[in-house]
Amino acid sequence: MLQRNPAPSRSMPPRRLRLRVRGVVQGVGFRPFAFGLARRYGLSGFVLNDSEGVLIEVEGGPVEDFRAALRAEAPALARIDAVEAEERPLGHDADFVIAESRGGKAATRIGADAATCPECLRELRDPESRFFGYAFVNCTHCGPRYTITRALPYDRAQTSMAGFAMCPACASDYRDPENRRFHAEPVACPACGPRLSHRIEDIAAALLDGRIVALKGIGGFHLLCDAQNADAIAKLRRRKARDEKPFAVMVGDIATARRFADPTPAEEELLLGAARPVVLVEGRGRLPAGIAAGLSRIGVMLAYAPVHHLLFDELVRRSPTTPVALVATSANPGGEPLAATNEDAERRLATIADLIVTHDRDILVRADDSVMQVVAGAPAFLRRARGFVPEPVDLGSDGPSAIALGADLKNTVCLTRGREAFVSQHVGGLDNAETLRFQRETVEHLCRILAIRPDYAACDLHPDFRSVRLAEDLGLPLVRVQHHVAHVAAVAAEDRLEGALLGLALDGHGYGADGGIWGGELLMLDGCRWRRLGHLATLPLAGGDRAAREPWRMAVGALVAAGRGDLAHEIFAGAPEAARLVAMLEGGMRIAETSSLGRLFDAAAAIAGARMVQTFEGQAAMEFEAIAHEVEADTEGYRIENCVVDFRPLLVRMAEQGLKGAAASSLFHATLIAGLAEWTLATARTERLDRVVLSGGCLANRRLAEGLRARLSAAGIETCLPQAVPAGDGGLSLGQAAFARHVIANDRTQVEEP
Amino acid sequence: LSHGAGGRAMGQLIEGIFHKAFDNDWLRAGNDQSAFAVPGGRMVMTSDGYVVSPLFFPGGNIGSLAVHGTINDVAMAGAVPLYLSASFIIEEGFPLADLARIAETMGEASREAGVPIITGDTKVVERGKADGVFISTAGVGVVPPSLDLRSDAARPGDAVIVSGSIGEHGVAVMSKRENLEFDVDIVSDTAALHGLTAAMVEVGGAHLRLMRDPTRGGLAATLNEIANQSKVGFRIDEDGIPMRPEVAAACEFLGLDPLNVANEGKLVAVVEPEGADAILAAMRNHPLGRDAAIIGHAVADEHCFVQMETSFGGGRIVDWLSGEQLPRIC
Ligand SMILES: [Fe+3]
Ligand SMILES: [Mg+2]
Ligand SMILES: [Zn+2]
Ligand SMILES: [Zn+2]
Repeated sequence: MLQRNPAPSRSMPPRRLRLRVRGVVQGVGFRPFAFGLARRYGLSGFVLNDSEGVLIEVEGGPVEDFRAALRAEAPALARIDAVEAEERPLGHDADFVIAESRGGKAATRIGADAATCPECLRELRDPESRFFGYAFVNCTHCGPRYTITRALPYDRAQTSMAGFAMCPACASDYRDPENRRFHAEPVACPACGPRLSHRIEDIAAALLDGRIVALKGIGGFHLLCDAQNADAIAKLRRRKARDEKPFAVMVGDIATARRFADPTPAEEELLLGAARPVVLVEGRGRLPAGIAAGLSRIGVMLAYAPVHHLLFDELVRRSPTTPVALVATSANPGGEPLAATNEDAERRLATIADLIVTHDRDILVRADDSVMQVVAGAPAFLRRARGFVPEPVDLGSDGPSAIALGADLKNTVCLTRGREAFVSQHVGGLDNAETLRFQRETVEHLCRILAIRPDYAACDLHPDFRSVRLAEDLGLPLVRVQHHVAHVAAVAAEDRLEGALLGLALDGHGYGADGGIWGGELLMLDGCRWRRLGHLATLPLAGGDRAAREPWRMAVGALVAAGRGDLAHEIFAGAPEAARLVAMLEGGMRIAETSSLGRLFDAAAAIAGARMVQTFEGQAAMEFEAIAHEVEADTEGYRIENCVVDFRPLLVRMAEQGLKGAAASSLFHATLIAGLAEWTLATARTERLDRVVLSGGCLANRRLAEGLRARLSAAGIETCLPQAVPAGDGGLSLGQAAFARHVIANDRTQVEEP
Repeated sequence: LSHGAGGRAMGQLIEGIFHKAFDNDWLRAGNDQSAFAVPGGRMVMTSDGYVVSPLFFPGGNIGSLAVHGTINDVAMAGAVPLYLSASFIIEEGFPLADLARIAETMGEASREAGVPIITGDTKVVERGKADGVFISTAGVGVVPPSLDLRSDAARPGDAVIVSGSIGEHGVAVMSKRENLEFDVDIVSDTAALHGLTAAMVEVGGAHLRLMRDPTRGGLAATLNEIANQSKVGFRIDEDGIPMRPEVAAACEFLGLDPLNVANEGKLVAVVEPEGADAILAAMRNHPLGRDAAIIGHAVADEHCFVQMETSFGGGRIVDWLSGEQLPRIC
């Protein structure tokens, strides 16, 4: 035990307080922090970790000062949810001590991975420090956690650092409560820790030479190349095969970020956060178009691991006059999960990368970079992974433990424990065996690190979702949740909304409760009760999923459905496929219809000539959004009848007037927002609801999200957007889990016993 | 065609149509059942129902489908098909001329296959209680003594052979149903496969693990069924799957995955690697197996995944579907 003599307090009569601290308080340097505070105020007592978080008892005069400072000065990575205080009889301890952890039912939780802290960065660059140039420097304020941890309790033996015995210097830091490496589980130095396979100089030289480097990082491998070298970018695209997805750009610091992009203060705050997500920021056009063709915003992130800092320092040293930026894209060939092991990288990345840089600290849990944007002034997720997982969402009340299996694209899973919901990192599209295995792995890993076996499962309604098949195989009582109900329930859950509310789900596709293809839905949700109040007018979905890949099909279908096959002929003159589709649709071919807003976007983008075929999901809509600006809405562009809103008049008008590009996009966005808002407000009035939740994949469109929110709020409607999880299918598992818990508590008829 | 009154005359009329079309000694005997000599060894029996819309499609009709499908179900056991039965549920008002056409097609198909229809039945039901004609069949056959094909017999390493180009039947039926026109007419592949299976058994019976006809649900459903029953996975190669360009184009246009589209004259065989070449050669020598190809192999896989290597690299999961192909892209 570690002890120090407190200075006796003279001014106030002594009291003893027991403080129960809840939140993210383990593995973040909380105990040494409490120790330091106790010493500052001359208090005796103890601090320890237990299954509920941190327990402190302090005795002496200024115990209230201690309590206030606990919250005010908490370590950077700590998140205090609650401090419960209780008066205790005096114990007359001699000192303040850091006591042994109380095991009980396993220590509570593992933190998220965090970017290198300023102190470690200073040591990294300090020739006098033993961490000088060391690619794995970390402390309790930074470094890997979730991605290197196999199971609870969180200590070194359960991490991939288990094989590295600490040298005397590291061991002494680890044991010293005054050191910021006190109980830093991954602590290591060049004498005892992991090593990089290549010299930083050689990696930098390869990059400046236009070569492609696979670099093992925190949650997986990145593929890196010089972001200012168009040839290198083209080569990377070629080798990654048929991929037009935008690439993220990594820079060494915020000043360099400002050279290539124009971040707002809110965006800078996100960029600089310990999670270091990729943030969508307005570009300055100084990088080759191949980075993010057709888009005005680029994904930027700051270096977050020591190896990144070393690399950027070296690159800057070699080209001191030009700012340095690297393409940093996840190394996941063919839509499979990230390469995580060295063997995996050698096998799967050999044909893509010229140089594969590994190290000997294993990544036990894969996690992609998180991707975010600022919407209506607040951070919003596009992909939630490294830096945020496994931080829970507080559901506000206790309930049974449920595992939700999410959707088949942008999959995440969610496990609830007590009042907390743990949403997994982005798993990906469940269309290949590797990702399906990753999903199973993720389910098992979540259960292990939370030390819980779920009692219920939740999944989508879609009969052919692979996530549904996995849910059915778990052998647990199962709740099937309609896709858009889950989208709405996810936001209701994170905001802990109770009672009836209006949910506007603006989405690509979800299997409807009536077997139809839904995707633009106005719902009433109240716990486990819900009703479909209205939807977008349906459009033919000619070719099923192919219509989602080929927006021209949606355009033809929509125009024919509006009785204007002639316009389809006109717009797609010279395209025999389009002419044939018009003929077939007019010939009365039976075809499924969809109320999807995503598909309406596709139709509009194709009519505007913006994009006929997309190479990745959402491409047409993203490019369409990128060229829009503020214009007046066309109030004749939509009709609202029986709670169905029909935008075909707008499409016809765009086609008739031959509106293209920015003009078309601007009119479409403005009219869409006006129509959706009017529809929602009218429904809110008739249903007597004054809260609306916006959710679904289309909310990734910032213009749409901000426009709708502004209009609805201005009309006095409380409007909630998703913040804790993505608006799209990445957030679905949270909604499934939350809705399932309502069902389990209130309506057993919807629970399928295995 | 009317129901109820005048039943007797009508019944005779209908019977006459079938007897004439199927004409054989058993039917001529006019019994309510038919006796036949039982050869030695193990017999197989199958029973099947046919409902298809439209009843007539390029390359065949519900009648040829019923004969071929039943024979194929027997043949997939490696058996020699011997006899068929056929019963008809006919909707009141169904044109006699159409019924005659179906009956004639069935007779032809059965004669061509050398498998007579030796018993049957007809019923006329009220309008709306059926959709034109439903056919229900049975078939019996005999399995060669040494052969025992089982659905759980696939082992890692086994080769997967498909007997020819896929997707034709489903696309032909759909084009007809939805009145679609393509540049090249797509014709159903409906055919009796017992000649082909006999040739396979002859050269490679010992190496044959199992055979299946990928009808409803297509190749995808069949491979998944085998995978789950045999507790193996499959890896198949997209480029190796025989397909006519016009079928590929039509599927692309309609947004169908050809792997989920029904076939009526194709089979999938899982064979030991040692016998794969001989069996493949024998298939290619048969007119119905000319385009046969090895499309992949079985692998050890606890999840029983069927994976397809796509032309641009990367493996995609091949699923069976619960019904029609529903969109999944969100
Ligand atoms: Fe969705
Ligand atoms: Mg059958
Ligand atoms: Zn640090
Ligand atoms: Zn050390």
